[in-house]
Amino acid sequence: MIPSQRGVEGPRDLDHGTVPPDGRPMAEQPKWRRDFPIDWAQDEYVSRRELTKFIVLTSAALVVGQFWIVLKSALARRPAPLVGEPIASVDELSIGGAKTFTYPEGSTPRLLVRTGATAFVAYDQQCTHLLCPVVPAVELGRLHCPCHNGWFDLETGRPLAGPPQRALPRVLLHVRDGSVYATGVEASAT
Amino acid sequence: MPVPDALEFFIDPGRCIGCQACIQACTECDTHKGQSMIQLDYVDRAHSTQTVPVVCLHCDSPTCAEVCPADAIKRTEDGIVQTARKARCIACNNCVLACPFGVPKMQTKMNLMMKCDMCYDRTSVGLKPWCASVCPSQALAFGTREEMARLRPHAKPVNTFQFGMQTIRTKVNIMVPRDAPTEIVDVTAAIHEPTIGHEILDDVFMEIPDGGDA
Repeated sequence: MIPSQRGVEGPRDLDHGTVPPDGRPMAEQPKWRRDFPIDWAQDEYVSRRELTKFIVLTSAALVVGQFWIVLKSALARRPAPLVGEPIASVDELSIGGAKTFTYPEGSTPRLLVRTGATAFVAYDQQCTHLLCPVVPAVELGRLHCPCHNGWFDLETGRPLAGPPQRALPRVLLHVRDGSVYATGVEASAT
Repeated sequence: MPVPDALEFFIDPGRCIGCQACIQACTECDTHKGQSMIQLDYVDRAHSTQTVPVVCLHCDSPTCAEVCPADAIKRTEDGIVQTARKARCIACNNCVLACPFGVPKMQTKMNLMMKCDMCYDRTSVGLKPWCASVCPSQALAFGTREEMARLRPHAKPVNTFQFGMQTIRTKVNIMVPRDAPTEIVDVTAAIHEPTIGHEILDDVFMEIPDGGDA
């Protein structure tokens, strides 16, 4: 390349910004050069533009998200009230015995434990930590999750030890005429 | 506030007496934490006391900024190439190695490249840079082109250099004899010479065999 002799003595052309080494105009330069301008003003402009874009898009996403949540809860169908269902007969379980059942039909497995002559308790079988099935430890008055050594109170379903922080959802029971009926499910409480 | 267009910087190595006043003045400035941003290079220390002051020449297409992987070196609208932006500089030394004139300096303790910004705080309000204001022989001069032509009838400013295949135009002018034929100074001509007045002690070009086209 023969260096241009122009401008060796004359004053500099102060109207243009930084010229890329190959001398071609900025529009013909690769994208990285346009994205990382050497000129201070352009660099500031890119930073400001990026920040503005980020703020606008993030705020818009938050607004849309809020409306989405409102719309979803407004349109969600409310579940029909549960009807009582027989899940076991009293004689089926000895004291301290347990069985799994589903209530309502198609639910996750629930655990029914007979704790006394007419005393039954039932909980969701999924541990509230990472959904491992809990097993009854009736002699200790607890439910045990073997995955991470979590313990729940058999009487209330509240977590006693280990990683679980929330109580097991409790199934409401009603004993009548030698049968155990499930009548509802209480949501898990902390 | 930009540096006024009419005022330009002129380096006249032939006038330099090596008094180091520019270095002292630059060091005392608070905007770069007591570091001198000007270098006084000996041309051939063994045989001559001749010195050459080197400030940043503020290229139109600054090689230091071109090679900066962190996008830290920026040029303001008036053509001043600023010190690396502190938040971005990764102290990689690319600019130090790439600059044809050996201007950027790596302040290892601060992990920041610092270079001459032509006393931006002063020149942007019409004052002379510190070095030009203290130079007793005016080897470093700051003024208008007309003023320079009137005061130095035997010299003319040159601001185009050759660095390998790259032609460099600079904001700062170097004064050369007026009668000498106009020739573009090839900065790479001395690339295999031992470095002088330079903070990098290892000669990075030693590995290149002689005659290799760098």
